[in-house]
Amino acid sequence: MSIPLFLVLAALTVASALTVIIHRNPIYSALGLVSTLFLLAVLFLGLDAQMVAVLQIIVYAGAIVVLFLFVIMLLNLQVEERSSAAPPLIGAAALGGLAMGGLVILAIVRTQFGAPVPVHAGFGGTEALAERLFTVYLLPFELTSLLLLVAIVGAVVVGRKRA
Amino acid sequence: MTVGATPTSWYLALSAILFAIGTVGVLTRRNLIVIFMAVELLLNAVNLSFVALARSLGSMDGQVIVFFVMAVAAAEAAVGLAIMLQLYRIRDTINADEVTVLRW
Repeated sequence: MSIPLFLVLAALTVASALTVIIHRNPIYSALGLVSTLFLLAVLFLGLDAQMVAVLQIIVYAGAIVVLFLFVIMLLNLQVEERSSAAPPLIGAAALGGLAMGGLVILAIVRTQFGAPVPVHAGFGGTEALAERLFTVYLLPFELTSLLLLVAIVGAVVVGRKRA
Repeated sequence: MTVGATPTSWYLALSAILFAIGTVGVLTRRNLIVIFMAVELLLNAVNLSFVALARSLGSMDGQVIVFFVMAVAAAEAAVGLAIMLQLYRIRDTINADEVTVLRW
């Protein structure tokens, strides 16, 4: 991915991420989240991760955010009077967040990364991902199905109406 | 697409910025659903790091981890939102300041 394109995408991503945490109406926050996830999918495409990019759109932007929107609509949340913490706490949190981000960026700047390794044509495709998933990561993959089953049962049990 | 002209460290820096934004969201917001969305931001920031480093090292392992992170995020969202629905039924609020039953 060329540098100007990356900078535009990065600026848009940061702007939509800020929308998520700043906007007082949860619906707009959810829409900001959708936009962030789509922009990240585009960045994934630039990093030769086609399969992950498609999964990002289908699973994250498609399923998870729709779940969020469903709950927001079900609860009929209005813009709250006091949707944020006290100003001193916000200042402290913003300072802490900036400090943490700065620290990580400092660590990244001081680390030497080698040039990206040239990869073969199928890198990041369905076949390459599935080949790893069903050989080296077979056990974690099967455990994931168990995790999802537990999550479904848990969600149903927790979400049902009390008698 | 050709081998990225953008250095790997730039992707990691963007990931760090997104992670910082998500952290500030978790700390400052009081609406539980928005806190949840900020947690999703954190997960996605880390996913970006995984994909960038997978590309840089020429290894598919990072992308496989992202696949697992997505599965865990889906499970987490289903259970978490069910808890919030139930909480709203019982307490009529999902403001984090007013839900303090587990605090002593």
